[in-house]
Amino acid sequence: MSSLTQDFVIDVTGVTKRFGSKTVVDQVALQVRRGEIYGFLGPNGSGKTTFIRMLCGLLTPDAGSGTCLGYDVRTQQAEIKRHVGYMTQKFSYYEDLTIRENLDFIARVYAVPDRVPAVQHSLERLGLANRSHQLAGQLSGGWKQRLALAACLIHSPQLLLLDEPTAGVDPKARREFWDEIHRLAAEGLTVLITTHYMDEAERCHRLAYLAYGKLLARGTLAEVLRATPLTTWTVSGPGLRALAETLRGRPGVEQVVAFGNTLHISGRDAVTLEATLAAVRVPGHEWVRITAGLEDVFISLMDTAKDNFA
Amino acid sequence: MRRFTFHRLWAIVLKEFIQMKRDRVTFAMMVGIPLMQLMLFGFAINADPKHLPTAIRAADQGPFARTFVAALKNSGYFTLVREAATEAEAQQLLQLGDVQFVINIPEDFSRRLLRGEQPTVLIEADASDPAATGPAISAARTLATSVFVRDLPGPLARLRGTDGPVNFQIHAHYNPENITQYNVVPGLMGVVLTMTMVVITALAVTRERERGTMENLLATPVRPAEVMIGKILPYIAVGYIQVTLILIAARFIFGVPMVGNLALVYAVALLFIAANLAVGITFSTLAQNQLQAVQMAFFFFLPSILLSGFMFPFRGMPEWAQWLGSCLPNTHFLRIVRGILLKGNGFAEIAPELWPLLLFLAVAMTVGVKRYRQTLD
Repeated sequence: MSSLTQDFVIDVTGVTKRFGSKTVVDQVALQVRRGEIYGFLGPNGSGKTTFIRMLCGLLTPDAGSGTCLGYDVRTQQAEIKRHVGYMTQKFSYYEDLTIRENLDFIARVYAVPDRVPAVQHSLERLGLANRSHQLAGQLSGGWKQRLALAACLIHSPQLLLLDEPTAGVDPKARREFWDEIHRLAAEGLTVLITTHYMDEAERCHRLAYLAYGKLLARGTLAEVLRATPLTTWTVSGPGLRALAETLRGRPGVEQVVAFGNTLHISGRDAVTLEATLAAVRVPGHEWVRITAGLEDVFISLMDTAKDNFA
Repeated sequence: MRRFTFHRLWAIVLKEFIQMKRDRVTFAMMVGIPLMQLMLFGFAINADPKHLPTAIRAADQGPFARTFVAALKNSGYFTLVREAATEAEAQQLLQLGDVQFVINIPEDFSRRLLRGEQPTVLIEADASDPAATGPAISAARTLATSVFVRDLPGPLARLRGTDGPVNFQIHAHYNPENITQYNVVPGLMGVVLTMTMVVITALAVTRERERGTMENLLATPVRPAEVMIGKILPYIAVGYIQVTLILIAARFIFGVPMVGNLALVYAVALLFIAANLAVGITFSTLAQNQLQAVQMAFFFFLPSILLSGFMFPFRGMPEWAQWLGSCLPNTHFLRIVRGILLKGNGFAEIAPELWPLLLFLAVAMTVGVKRYRQTLD
């Protein structure tokens, strides 16, 4: 297999998709290595789903080129479909079929060899065995997600594309899901996953941030944080709501966010920010400078992008 | 808070109007269905069909015979389209459904009339649809007493007799007892298949889209043709079960005569089922949701039941309605099934109705597949 010798499982450049006059994905380049868990972040409507659909052969890019598993994303969509597991954002298996019937159907569609044991193995691996006769429609969010994962793994794909797999799933199920993803990656499976949860982003090997169809940042967690030098201060004490109103829109202040009993104030220009803050310091408030979190960085990136867009 | 308030009521009313405005298909249905029904019931449907195609086999060409034929024509019920030279030719015309009636005027018509012997005119009718022939036959009967009033004046008036100068003999072919069920029950096969096959496939594909399972299906290596054919095949089996049930009921409950070859019925039914499934697939590519799919199916079903000749005599409809009806597969399927069961038609006799069915299938399939492909990217 040609892809085995290659460094990148996904290697695309200049990928663009337009719907009418709207450019939904704009000149996106992405490289994903084998066995890597790649986090794909960005606000709603930023083009993440469209990009993933282009990777798995559901949509044809209007411009750009590249390969997915060594197959051309523009011409070899049928080959790609055979070796990719795609988990849609919305649960998209048959609610009026049981878990086993769903898996059996998918296994037949992919012509999985030794189908019956393969389905049984997949049921056991994801802990679905003693629920196999339940209708998919009656499952809770966490179990539906497990079924979806089992279904997109049944044909032993080399690449998993997961579109917001953990939306609406409780924290425990989320953690188990991520443990499973890491186990799969350790076995050599490559995973591209979109999420809105920052804790999940931190569990990825590498990250990319997409907003308004443009790729704004990518790299490891540390690289992304370093690339956007953001200064963040926290303040606690009385009268925080009034303080927040005072600070909004002042020079150097880009974000004022309330976290429980503290306020986080961030800005890219550390000097201007500190000058502004010095003017509002009063006794009784405790000020601490902290490292900016991923969420602050992303929101800052998004605001910048909006500026460029307008 | 528990009192009925006007502003809350108004909020609901406004919201309903906004939603109504958004759902174009439902709105079209609310406006379209009454218009369609007005047109169909108001203009197209006629329970007293006139101008029925008639063949004449006149062995007597004398003036009395000509007067008689002219009178039949003037009644408005009979339109002479053919002249049959032989009895065999007359039978053939009836069998093919080219004419509704054959009027046989005997050789000795004028002679017997003048002798006051009440000559017998034989009217052969394709009575497979009693509703179509009934009014024309009773019109002919009343005609008999009045037709020769002017031709037999003065002393000849006695020839008019008390019960008319001419004796009518009616041969109701294919359904001699004028049993409505003989016509309705075979026709029902087309109606039931149209209703269920179109709705069921329209839903089958729309449901995949509405529930999001279509995206998943498209992400697998499955080909569009595999999805379409895979969805159609099970319903062909369902359609055949329906055909069988109706045939069994027709035979054992309604006692409908089955003169023709049942294998031929099953063969043609395959074409008809496929045509309806293709229509359903086409609707499913147009509909946004399952409700719209059902509404579209209803738009198709209504003319299929009213304009096909199932409920009302086809020949009673004005030309534009007949033309519309001819575009519907059910119209042709009804004629084929009635022809096979009641008249014992074989392949040669049903061929003229077969090609419109094939044409419809080809068009519906092409549109269906084209539309289906477009929804992929």
